[in-house]
This record gives sequence, structure tokens and C-alpha cells, in this order.
Amino acid sequence: MDGKATAQTDRQHWLGLLARAPAGRLDALCRAAQVPRAGTWLRRAEIGTVMLRGRAGGTGAPFNLGEITVTRAAVELPGGTVGHGHVQGRDKAAAEWAALVDALMQTDAAGRLRPAILDPIAAELAATAADRAARAAATRVEFFTLVRGED
Amino acid sequence: MYVAVKGGERAIDNAHAWLAEERRGDVGVAELGVAQIREQLALAVNRVMAEGSLYDPDLAALAIKQARGDLIEAVFLIRAYRTTLPRFGASRPVDTDAMRCDRRISATFKDLPGGQVLGPTFDYTHRLLDFALMAEGEAPMAPRAPVTGEAVPHVMALLDREGLIQQEPATGTTPPDLTREPMELPADRALRLQALTRGDEGFVLGLAYSTQRGYGRTHAFVGELRIGAVTVEMDIPELGFAITLGEVVLTECETVNQFAGSKTEPPQFTRGYGLVFGQSERKAISMSLVDRALRWRELGEDDEGVPAQDEEFVLMHADNVQATGFLEHIKLPHYVDFQSELELIRKLRRTAQAETQEAAE
Repeated sequence: MDGKATAQTDRQHWLGLLARAPAGRLDALCRAAQVPRAGTWLRRAEIGTVMLRGRAGGTGAPFNLGEITVTRAAVELPGGTVGHGHVQGRDKAAAEWAALVDALMQTDAAGRLRPAILDPIAAELAATAADRAARAAATRVEFFTLVRGED
Repeated sequence: MYVAVKGGERAIDNAHAWLAEERRGDVGVAELGVAQIREQLALAVNRVMAEGSLYDPDLAALAIKQARGDLIEAVFLIRAYRTTLPRFGASRPVDTDAMRCDRRISATFKDLPGGQVLGPTFDYTHRLLDFALMAEGEAPMAPRAPVTGEAVPHVMALLDREGLIQQEPATGTTPPDLTREPMELPADRALRLQALTRGDEGFVLGLAYSTQRGYGRTHAFVGELRIGAVTVEMDIPELGFAITLGEVVLTECETVNQFAGSKTEPPQFTRGYGLVFGQSERKAISMSLVDRALRWRELGEDDEGVPAQDEEFVLMHADNVQATGFLEHIKLPHYVDFQSELELIRKLRRTAQAETQEAAE
């Protein structure tokens, strides 16, 4: 994979984490990490929807399933780096933090923000998912067959 | 005919004030928080999200509180709110094969990769009222078991490998959207699925049940039912690539139905499909049965003239907000309409009376 593709994958990864951060966590983590709110807002936080699509039969032609709420924002740092924030739900503060973190992650601040913000979010999401999976695993049916008669 | 009638403002204001007081109920009882509704009445929240066609648990919980638990009123509130929001775009179709399943069962195969996972189900409960819930107790704790990480492939893919079931080839078409353009009949399957997934659960259930009782028999097996979280991805033009926007819980039902075949093609199972927001199992199964019944034309089946096969009947009556709006408008003032009917009936009676008198004389 070339450098550009790696950078894009990395950015996709952190944008996905910022979008899915549990309620209130992004705000708390960004304040704790003292993320600077310096920059020009290209787009102040805006609440809207995204139409979610499914596929007939799971694999076939797409159809419209319904919408989800999404909040987005965009910021330009004094150095000219642009950050885009998208979060699920209607938390405007979170969308603006996401934009700021996205921009700063493209700068030298990345080394500091990754362990302070992204890693905790990833760990929390993974822990929540793992705990659900563990409860599901406990409800998996273990069939056993009763032997009846000789034939 | 509607006529502006003035003079009810004070009565209306006072009625709304009383509504607010009734909503609060006995102030000696703690007020219900929106977060409590979201967490503890989650299946009502799911239903409002599915029929309101907007996935946002906080908003759905708020709507339920505001509507005093009237779920159709709550759906109405969600639909109204949705229209105030700009739409940023459409997601990539969700990949339900990659669902992180809370529940996954099949009625057609006992042993299957990924296993039968019951999840948090009402099945096998005895439906006895649990009076322990009336007392405050410690939060219950479910057992955990090691996660194998085994893949959970769709059951349909197993049948598909042998060519035993009708295929669902992927297309890149842009589906029609009934929230943007008026519904046109005949509808293609994408439009039907959209109408069914946001349709009233009771209506879709009743139709599905009618097919089981013989009004358009499709002989369905639940090939697979899965509930769990899928990620939502969207291409962002400003970025030039797709990102994960979030995660939603969906219920998916795939039915295996009786055969279609022709001179050129050997007999194959056919399929119905249900996909619904949230943990909405009854609705997803119902949707897949009705989807299958509505496919009679494309599968070369006979029109039996039953309700579940009648696309217009199903699609035009499935929406509970539309239905409520039209149904309830008849309670609003129709004074002038009714006045003309009154005059008409008096005239008819006068004529009839005069005729009777004439005959008697």
C-alpha cells in the first residue's frame, strides 16, 4: 500500500471512531486533552439526516430503510489544515470536536491526540461490543441428541 | 367543506394545559425521564423509530413521553420533526452479513455455522406477570461466555451454494424514495420494502397472518432471523472516500418459501425479506411474509385476489400516520357539510310524508 492510501485508511479509521464515540465522551476527552479550539469554522455544527439503505434479500437491489440523525461540522486550522467532523445523533459540540480532532490529527499534534482521545474511544467501543458478544455467546444453543431405542 | 370558526382559543389553550397536567400524572410519583424511556422501554422506542422512519433513540423516547405513551402519536411527532432536517445524503447499503448478532436463529437448519443464538428474547418465557418488577431490586446480571469469533454467514448463502434458492443479485440502482416522490403504482420491490419497513406493525402483522391462514398462502419458513448492530457508511464528497457514520441495531428476517420453476428452470425455493430498525422481530417476520406475497407477479404466480397480494391495498393503507390523519379528521368541525345533509334529509322526509299523505287520501 502506498503512503497516500495508508494515510487515507488511517484517517477513515479515526473519523469512524470520532463518529461513534459514546455520548458525552468526545467532549470529556477533548477537554481533558485541552484540544485548542483555534480555527475558522467552514461549517458550524449542523444537524441533518442520512438515508440508510438496505438490500432486498440482504444481497440484492438497494432500498431505502429510513433515516438516521447525523451532525456535521468543518473547520480550518490557522495553518490551513481542514477537518471534517461527522457524528451520529444530534450532539453539535461533539461534531465540532470531531472536526477539530480530524484537522489536528493531520498535524504534529497527532502523536499526542491519538493516545489521549482516539485510543480510549476505540477501547471503550471494543469493550462494549465484546461484552454484548459475551452475553450473546452465553445464549448459544448447545444441542445434544437423546438416544432412544435400539433402531 | 371547511369554514373558519373563531372563538375556541381559550378552550384550546386550556385543553392543552390540562393535557400537560395529565401527562405529568400524580405529582406524588416521580417524573419519568427520557433516558429512562430510552433504556427501559426500548422496544417501544424501537417501534417508534421504525414507523417514524428515523433512527434516533433519544428523540423517539422524547416523543413517547410527549405522546403519553401513544405510539402512533409519537410516530407522528418523529415524522414531523424529520421534515425539518436537511438530508446530507444516502448511506451505502448496510452489510447485514457483517452484523454483530445479539440474536440469530434459523427454523430451517439446526446446525449451522455461527450456531443458534437466542439473545434477549421473550421466547420460552411463561408469560406470567412478574410481580418482582413492582419492587425495586438489584440490577439483574446476565451470564457471559467466551466469544469464539466464528463467522455468522447468512443461511440463505448455504442454500444459494447449491442453487436451491432464487438468487438476489446486487445492483447499483438508486432506489425510489416515497418520502420524496409520491408513491406510484405498480411499485417496484424497493418501494414496497420501504413502505413495509415503516408501515404500521399491527397492519403488517395482520396481513402476514392472513397469508398464513390461507389468504395467499406462501408457506414460509423462517430461514434466518438476526438482530444486531451494523455499521453505517457513507461516501463523503468533501473527503473523497467513505467513512463510518455510526451504528444501528436492525432486525433482519429471511423466509424460505415454496417453489417457483418453469420449463427452463428447475424448481427453486423463493424468498421474502424483512429488515426493520431496532429489535423488532414480529415486524420483521411480518414484513418478510408480506413482501413474499406481494411478489406473486414477478414469480409468475396466480392472482388469488387476496388482500396481501393487492399492492395498492397494502401500500396505501400501511402508513399509520396517513391513516390516522384521514381517520381522525372526521372529528373536526364539519358544520357546513353536516348542515347540508340535515337540510337534505329534512327535504326527503317532507317529500316522503307528503307522498304517504296523498296515498292515504
